[in-house]
Amino acid sequence: MNWAYLISAMVADPWLGFPLKPIDASTTASSVDHLYYFLTALTLFFTFSIFTTIFYFMVKYRRRSPDERPKAIEASSALEVIWTVIPALLCAFAFIWSSSLYFRNSRPPNAAMEVFVVGKQWMWHLQHPEGAREINELHVPVGVPVKLTMTSEDVIHDFSIPVFRIKHDVVPGRYSSIWFQATKTGTYHFFCAQYCGAEHSGMIGWVYVMSPTDYANWLSGGTKGESMAQSGERLFTQLGCITCHVADGTGRGPVLQGLYGHPVKLRSGETRVVDEAYVRQAIVNPNSMPLPNYPPIMPTFQGQVNEEQVLQLISYVKSLATVEKGTAK
Amino acid sequence: MAELSAGSAHAAVHPPGLRHHFEDMEQQHEAGNLGMWVFLVTEILFFGGLFAAYAIYRSLYLPGFEAGSRLLDVKLGATNTAVLIGSSLTMALAVHAAQTGKRKALILFLLLTMVLGAVFLGIKFDEYATKWHHGLVPGLKWAPDEEMYKNAPLGSVELFFCFYFFMTGLHALHMIIGFGIMTVMTLEAWGGKFSAEYYAPVEVSGLYWHFVDIVWIFLFPLLYLIGGRY
Amino acid sequence: MSTAAVVESPAGSRVHYLNASYGIKSWLFTTDHKRIALLYLGSITFMFFIGGAAATLIRLHLIEPTGALVQPETYNKLFTVHGVVMIFFFLIPSIPAVLGNFLVPLMVGARDLAFPRINLLSWYLYTIAALLALYAVVSGGVDTGWTFYTPYSSTYAHTQVIATALAAFIAGFSSILTGLNFIVTIHKMRAPGLTWFRLPLFIWAMYATSIIQILGTPVLAITIVLLAAERLLHVGIFDPKIGGDPILFQHLFWFYSHPAVYIMILPGMGVVSELIACFARKRIFGYSMIAFSSLAIAVLGFLVWGHHMFVTGQSVYAGLIFSVLSFMVAIPSAIKVFNWTATLYKGSISYEAPMLYALGFIGLFTMGGLTGLFLASLATDVHLTGTYFIVAHFHYIMVGGAVMAYLGGIHFWWPKITGRLYPDGSARFAALIIFVGFNLTFFPQFVLGYLGMPRRYAVYPAEFQVLNVMSSAGASILGIGYLIPLIYLIWSIRYGPVAGPNPWGAKGLEWETPSPPPTENFEEIPIVTEEAYAYAEPEDVHG
Repeated sequence: MNWAYLISAMVADPWLGFPLKPIDASTTASSVDHLYYFLTALTLFFTFSIFTTIFYFMVKYRRRSPDERPKAIEASSALEVIWTVIPALLCAFAFIWSSSLYFRNSRPPNAAMEVFVVGKQWMWHLQHPEGAREINELHVPVGVPVKLTMTSEDVIHDFSIPVFRIKHDVVPGRYSSIWFQATKTGTYHFFCAQYCGAEHSGMIGWVYVMSPTDYANWLSGGTKGESMAQSGERLFTQLGCITCHVADGTGRGPVLQGLYGHPVKLRSGETRVVDEAYVRQAIVNPNSMPLPNYPPIMPTFQGQVNEEQVLQLISYVKSLATVEKGTAK
Repeated sequence: MAELSAGSAHAAVHPPGLRHHFEDMEQQHEAGNLGMWVFLVTEILFFGGLFAAYAIYRSLYLPGFEAGSRLLDVKLGATNTAVLIGSSLTMALAVHAAQTGKRKALILFLLLTMVLGAVFLGIKFDEYATKWHHGLVPGLKWAPDEEMYKNAPLGSVELFFCFYFFMTGLHALHMIIGFGIMTVMTLEAWGGKFSAEYYAPVEVSGLYWHFVDIVWIFLFPLLYLIGGRY
Repeated sequence: MSTAAVVESPAGSRVHYLNASYGIKSWLFTTDHKRIALLYLGSITFMFFIGGAAATLIRLHLIEPTGALVQPETYNKLFTVHGVVMIFFFLIPSIPAVLGNFLVPLMVGARDLAFPRINLLSWYLYTIAALLALYAVVSGGVDTGWTFYTPYSSTYAHTQVIATALAAFIAGFSSILTGLNFIVTIHKMRAPGLTWFRLPLFIWAMYATSIIQILGTPVLAITIVLLAAERLLHVGIFDPKIGGDPILFQHLFWFYSHPAVYIMILPGMGVVSELIACFARKRIFGYSMIAFSSLAIAVLGFLVWGHHMFVTGQSVYAGLIFSVLSFMVAIPSAIKVFNWTATLYKGSISYEAPMLYALGFIGLFTMGGLTGLFLASLATDVHLTGTYFIVAHFHYIMVGGAVMAYLGGIHFWWPKITGRLYPDGSARFAALIIFVGFNLTFFPQFVLGYLGMPRRYAVYPAEFQVLNVMSSAGASILGIGYLIPLIYLIWSIRYGPVAGPNPWGAKGLEWETPSPPPTENFEEIPIVTEEAYAYAEPEDVHG
């Protein structure tokens, strides 16, 4: 795609002291840029054509005398068809290109490393599963797919990383996820892109894309804390979950060992997969999806745990997925 | 040059009630009817937004909505449905009386419609008072009986009652407005304003009343009958 | 040829709608659609300059990355006021309430709208709503953005949300009643011989707009009621803590607010059709295609609201459906642009100010509309949504499109409305200033958006400053451009040359009655025998 490379070079080079587009620093960024160039060319072509045609007609057919009375011109079905069909075809082309790109980009690769993001007025809390926690900063290794699972403590925010060409709303009460694979080391902006109140424009931060070695160093350096799963396990005991969810099945609640990732059938007959959203709902609104063999007596923990703690509990439950039932932890 | 006299000599016989921007009574009558129908379309969309939101939440929280529905008094709701259908009958008879120029029958049927409307509103008021007493009014007095509430899904029973009050409240507001319209119609009928030639306001008020009735016919099953009790 | 004749009288001795009665009561209790149109002109112009003042402060503030003028809390109130006032109190009413109210009865050959008292009521509702909005501004302001997204607006904001939302609610009813009036008038009060396909395209545009007003505005109304109730009574329809869904608010909100943008642009397209036909002195090419396109836009416009929500978490399949429909809704607009351009072919074109505005509309609307394709397209929308690209896109259409069409229409029908001619030299100069100022203001914002600068930011990273300064410079030119017509139009009411019934030599029933028209519009209701825009036929041209 040499023409695309050429245009990229042209627009990335600062014009009059500033660039026309952000650098492309992810695996999907340049494909988005190529579509953007096509749409820009389309826009400029049609705008320019309409403008010049109008100018030309305005000059050529300017009124030469006050009594000039042009002949009526018959409408032309042929023209109507042409200028309906051609725009329709161009739109169809753009739609197909864009949708397939979007579809492809919407699924994170299976091996993606995870980072958990909680937005709250007016800062971002990010947690790595290994335990590292950051505020308004995101350290990631280059060349590795990263999946961000995000929620909000309060209002709707939006996590936007322009150089990766990605963003997604961060909504209270549910999880949203996006993914990227960085291709260039460096330091890049991220922004909150959904108005969220007074300090919306202050809710910004930096993505640090590092070489894998640097990232590993960063991860293991800093405060030696517990991993998310360990934090979750601590909470599990503190909050009393362990009282009912006993590993050997003698508790009042379901056994959680080996559960994550598997489907369960609810009392309503519906089947759901035990994923992040399921576990969160079970913690904050347990009686909204009662199970067939258990009375709906689990209390809600809404208000007792914040979203970061919920994510830690989920990490703990995830870590039990590979443990056999009946064994203690 | 135009004949000024031709333009200004609008009919010496000037039908009462003809507004001057209309050419004749037929145009005025048709315009009035079309106007009311267009207005009712806007009302459909107005209630429609609520119905759509209700449908979405119901599909998400069926257990809670069913639990909430079972707390409503079906007998009172059914009575109200019968009352309202009856009032639509009396309204239709009123319009017919207007069309045939029967002033006394018109007034009688308008009054009957108002009575039935008042019965509806009275029953509604009673229901609301009961809900208040039981602490089932979200936001204002939500303190339902512990036993009944204990195992219900968090929030969704409250959500159901949000919709119950919004939908029936909005409907009741329209009933009250309708009651006001009927009062005006009755007074005007008493004053002899309507005749077989001019009855459009009665007709158009009838359209409004029937619409309010139809909204209730949708509300009643959606709110009262979906409790899984049948 | 229609049969209404025009009676010329010496200036000043003829009775017309402006001098038929005097005194403030004759205006405040009028049922004459022409006077009501002028009442609207006053209120709407006032609100335009309020919204414009907010815009001025915004652009001044954004000269500095750290914010030159106000604290972020105040900035947030400024962009909210700008949006609420411009959308609900200027763009949505403008052409329908001013030009539509004045012209619809004249163009269909009627003496007034179907429901004149309801027309007056709709002006009162507008004015009450505007006063309520202004009260909200001076008593603390509102900072939710004109979109009122929950749960910020329902639970967290500490500003005058309810007052502002209520103002929008009342203004919505004003809009509904206007639409209702137009639909019934167009259906039931057309002059003899005026069949649907002889109607001016402005009437088709008003009809399509009215359909959207009727069907869409009630949904906004109920959404606002739910929002206000949640705030006031602490019930939680949109509160995730009791199972409510904040995204449901967005669905309900955009179900109206997307069609609302077509309420804002369709009337402008109607005006442009009238202007092009008159100043090219030719029947609009593809008349029925333009008429049908207006209806198509009205219908398709209801099916695309999800394109405002591509990144909220809706399913990929919902995204695909909304994307394809959003591409489809662009096609009727493209058809119109091509047909207008073709109308110029072998026409007899003159360059008075209304024509300059119409041509500016075509160019800028084309560009604004095409940038919509970037947003209909899922992959690029992810990057562009929430950024200045969106701001540039909608301002190209709303300001480069709708406002230019409104100004073009005001100038075109000014002689009919006031009986005076305005100075066309000044008008052309102002049109040019507006065009240049507009492009300088908003073109840099496309670049800012692609670079990633989010919208609604009171402070921003320093690398975005140059483009922001360019935009603010353009805004100052644009602001001056808008003030110039205010001056000469008001001047012309007193000092402008007296206008005859048809200074432009235009076709249309409104030009066959004196300027200004008598209260009852026509001596005799005309009988229509010819097509719209029958410019090829000779006719009396009164200069």
